[in-house]
Amino acid sequence: MTSGVALAAAEPSARVPRDRTSLVTAMLLLPTTLWFLLLLLMPLVVILVFSFGERAPAGGYQPAFTFAQYLNLPARLKAFTNTLTLAPMGTVLCLLIAYPLAYYLAVRAGSRAKTLLLTLVIVPFWTSFLIRTYAWIFILGGKGIPALMEWAGLPELRLINTPFAVLVGIVYGYLPLMVFPIYVSLEKLDKRLLEASADLGATPAGTFRQVTLPLSMPGLITGSLLVFILLMGEYLIPALLGGGKVFFVGNALVDLFLQSRNWPYGSAVAIGLVVIMLIAIAAYLAALGRERGRADVSLV
Amino acid sequence: MRLYAAAIYLFLYAPIALIVLFSFNAGRSGIQFVCCSTSWYPRTFQNDLMIEALINSVIIASAAATFATVFGTMAALGLQRVRPFARMVYDVLIYVAIIIPGIVIGIATLVALVALFGVVNPLLQALTSGGEGPPVQLGMGLGSVIAAHTLFTMALVIVIVRARISGMDRSLIEASADLYATPWRTFRQVTLPQLLPAVMSGFLLSFTFSFDDFIVAFFVAGPITTLPIFIFSSIRRGVTPEINVIATVVMSVSLTLLVIAQQLLQRQRRPKPAKA
Repeated sequence: MTSGVALAAAEPSARVPRDRTSLVTAMLLLPTTLWFLLLLLMPLVVILVFSFGERAPAGGYQPAFTFAQYLNLPARLKAFTNTLTLAPMGTVLCLLIAYPLAYYLAVRAGSRAKTLLLTLVIVPFWTSFLIRTYAWIFILGGKGIPALMEWAGLPELRLINTPFAVLVGIVYGYLPLMVFPIYVSLEKLDKRLLEASADLGATPAGTFRQVTLPLSMPGLITGSLLVFILLMGEYLIPALLGGGKVFFVGNALVDLFLQSRNWPYGSAVAIGLVVIMLIAIAAYLAALGRERGRADVSLV
Repeated sequence: MRLYAAAIYLFLYAPIALIVLFSFNAGRSGIQFVCCSTSWYPRTFQNDLMIEALINSVIIASAAATFATVFGTMAALGLQRVRPFARMVYDVLIYVAIIIPGIVIGIATLVALVALFGVVNPLLQALTSGGEGPPVQLGMGLGSVIAAHTLFTMALVIVIVRARISGMDRSLIEASADLYATPWRTFRQVTLPQLLPAVMSGFLLSFTFSFDDFIVAFFVAGPITTLPIFIFSSIRRGVTPEINVIATVVMSVSLTLLVIAQQLLQRQRRPKPAKA
């Protein structure tokens, strides 16, 4: 690995011919380089090393070279299967719910209302995530909707600590993140195309399938990737709304690092999570690339 | 369609409204609502643990946002001046910092810092044990949270500021150089004013991210408590009216910050008025 500082001190471009500028460039990049090395690359290398080690008797890490931690990953299979079913489900739900709203905002809403409505979508995303999730403990918990239903004479229903509660939390938490990119791509769409399609005799459904949907694909892809990536590392929603019954890999990681202090195994789980996430993203992009016959899909 | 949008907005805001409403609960338990009193507000702010957590969070968010903004802006400027290959290496690092789940960043930072302290602390002990008082030792605390928060907020600032740089008019910088301004003077009088809205919004976003972060701090905070950690453990202990009060106050504050950030971004989009 070439050191970042050496990279930063690389020759300046032809535009800035003076000698001193390379020193300035190096100084400009020095703090970021240090941070990336010490707090990104070094930690990632350390957990990679740890994942091949053994748990010390008192917890923590003891050097070794073994694949035992990785071979033991099936012990936490439930966390992985939960994450790998609920994260994609949550992403799809967000997508299905966000799309009509984004469409309404971009195509139907008047321009004055639009700014306000758009701001109203973003605002919850910037208020505390923890608190917004907590609100649903309130609503789904014993004295919330279940109490209302009992009052209305409906059968008793347990909502909290179910996959349903986790999915509600996911949709609530991540909807704004999905609406925004879809809105941006629909906003850029030339409205005359929709008229042209209708003039040429296409049904509204046909116009949507053949014009609107393909043209909004970039936003759809960005939104679903953002939500999916964040969901794969989710901890708070299952911790608060899943109540130990519906748990994600994130919850297993907290348990392994902070409670049972099995660092090597926890490191292997963390690496497993990142690898699975990268594979899922690559598969998704590859599938999309095939579908569209070209792979010009970018992340942001 | 309209109805659908209205339903979604109801879905988005009803829970928030509920929390704000319950913060004015006059009842004893957090569950039953009796209108209306602000009695929980002073009671909440008399909680020393809460105040300590709040102060820690403000310190962490201010420091992390400051470091992230200064270093991130420096890096964004520096990246304009390096070869494409070096720029690509940094791009990869920035994306890695953004894409890796926060929980993994938290874990990795915890493990790496513990390993680092394992090496550094015996050395420090050997060096400082001769003096008076207990030997100097490094540990988890404000510093480790600030450092970890700076990492991912810095990546964010770099992205925002670079977007602004690429939209900047280079001819002004060239004109300034042609008029014999020194590079530093050009930076101060031409580049910086143009970058300022992006820098400011980067700062506010970093502050909000850091202030709101639970999972990274949960791993690297060690003995200290931040506000989200305090709220999380309160929730774990059971629903109390205090949480509603804290939630209402925190939401008001982050809303204010958001509005400021939005104003700054909007000013950035508008063409700059010519100055005499």
